[in-house]
Amino acid sequence: MEALRSALTFPARVKRDVGDVLFKKNKEPVFVTCKACGRRALKKDWQNNYYVCPVCGEYRTIGAYYRLSLILDPGSIHELNADMKANDPMYFPEYSEKIAKQRQKTGLEEAAVTVSGKIGGYKVVIIVLDPRFFMGSMSSIVGEKVTRAVEYATKEKLPLIIFSASGGARMQEGIYSLMQMAKTAAAIEEFNASGGLYISFLTHPTTGGVTASFASLGDITLAEPGALIGFAGPRVIEQTIHKKLPQGFQRSEYLEAHGFVDKIVERSQMRDTLLQLIKLHSK
Amino acid sequence: MIETILKKVETIDKKIEVLEKKAKGETKELVDTASVSEEVLEEISEKYGQWDDHTREIEKLKDLREIFLKDMRILAPYEKVYLARHAKRPHIDDFIDGLFTDFFEQKGDHLFDEDKSIFGGIARFHGIPITVVGHRKGHSMEENMEYNFGMPCPEGYRKALRLMNQAEKFGRPIITFIDTPGAYPGMEAEEHGQGEAIAMNLAKMSQYHVPVISVVTGEGNSGGALAIGVANRVLMLENAVYSILSPEGFASILWKDSGRHKEACKLMKLTADDLLEAGVADVIVREPLGGAQRDYGFVMKNLDEALYKNLMDLRKLSPSELKADRQMKYRKIG
Repeated sequence: MEALRSALTFPARVKRDVGDVLFKKNKEPVFVTCKACGRRALKKDWQNNYYVCPVCGEYRTIGAYYRLSLILDPGSIHELNADMKANDPMYFPEYSEKIAKQRQKTGLEEAAVTVSGKIGGYKVVIIVLDPRFFMGSMSSIVGEKVTRAVEYATKEKLPLIIFSASGGARMQEGIYSLMQMAKTAAAIEEFNASGGLYISFLTHPTTGGVTASFASLGDITLAEPGALIGFAGPRVIEQTIHKKLPQGFQRSEYLEAHGFVDKIVERSQMRDTLLQLIKLHSK
Repeated sequence: MIETILKKVETIDKKIEVLEKKAKGETKELVDTASVSEEVLEEISEKYGQWDDHTREIEKLKDLREIFLKDMRILAPYEKVYLARHAKRPHIDDFIDGLFTDFFEQKGDHLFDEDKSIFGGIARFHGIPITVVGHRKGHSMEENMEYNFGMPCPEGYRKALRLMNQAEKFGRPIITFIDTPGAYPGMEAEEHGQGEAIAMNLAKMSQYHVPVISVVTGEGNSGGALAIGVANRVLMLENAVYSILSPEGFASILWKDSGRHKEACKLMKLTADDLLEAGVADVIVREPLGGAQRDYGFVMKNLDEALYKNLMDLRKLSPSELKADRQMKYRKIG
């Protein structure tokens, strides 16, 4: 898969796509320390393991384009609405500055990256929410990009895959953020009515308004191991019920056990699983 | 601050009531001093001197009440939040009593549980059978405990969906009343799929071929409000608020300090006027000065007119136009 990756062309602005593994200026680290277990491993080993800790198996956040590179056929990627930029509908204090900072940090224009491309020769539409940009929170542009990509998939009769990752609503966009839930859910429902296959892939963390709209409406729901998935955040729940939450609460495995996830899929199996499902649904 | 003004006004209300009874000779008892704040009585006598007879006294009190009420003509966003949450504000049962006839309550999601924080059923509005669904808050602590303060669990949303799906089946218009602090953030609620339940309601509501009108009557917070609010027309009572989150939660997320909620109210653009500008609300329904709790009749009359007019307008659309009209309302936002 590494070979595939190098053959893909990324937009030039996307410099540090591989998650929160920090690269110093022109100097890639030899070792990377795992945030969960604190152990160090060779960066090469991390890469070969798709940024899952080679020692403890903890899943590290990865960027949208890197994830796409692990899935799509070389050279097949075509980004949709790449120029849509985060805006500031409520003129919220300091929000524009924060957007600029996020943009600089990640090279992204918004938390959602929407593309069409091919998996094993099958054309698909993929939406990836990148948790590094404002925690993948739902802004009006995220909602708009998701809706347009879903509408594109409906029109072109293509399978739809959405990788969700979101801290919830974009507070600085208030009611505009909230209304994206209705907009995206309606687009998905129209897609469903047209008979399209929608695979919802939940990654760490998927919460709030994203969970309560398009992320929960898949025909097939997959999740990465250990991802936090829920509507209310664990801190809010603990404050409400005045109790500590049990170990593993709201994690992928917990959701699978409670009947909300079809399968937990390792990152190394991500592409093959998607391809299997697309083939099963192709006529 | 609106809370103090309202208390004064309420004290005057009480005094007028007692005096009116006295004037009619219905009671010889003195004013129940325990229920009248000393401060207000002093203020009243300072301004008007001593009373001579009941009628004049009542008149003076009414004048004074007017003065206080006029102070409440323009309210800050946080003051509207206070009114929107007022315990005596009309709630869904009051609206059903005031606007509809022939109400038949439908209980339960018919899957797992009966969630009392969602209330609904079938009724007639101007003779037309409709489905009514809404968040239920209580007027007392006991009632609120029973209704979980209007915070639904997934079962509540699934009950709402069951009722609304039937409305679609039988071609009944849907009227929903929104008044909730948000979806309940509890352990079971998460285990039973709070996110899935809300998502499903949003998806299905976008598909209905019947008129859907939502009325934001109190506070409408987060996806927990929107889950019964995907409508062709959104009506808002004048002092109702509608937002992404409670101002307290908003301040706590943004500044890690829920104490800054008043400041949050100002930034959140949550009043009916703000929502009208954002294209989320379509109609503002006027309330009496000092809030809906002061005169239910006034609110019911205005709401009845607004609901009837909008329902009649929507009934002119074909089923597929109704669906397209609703989807377009949200498609345009953002």
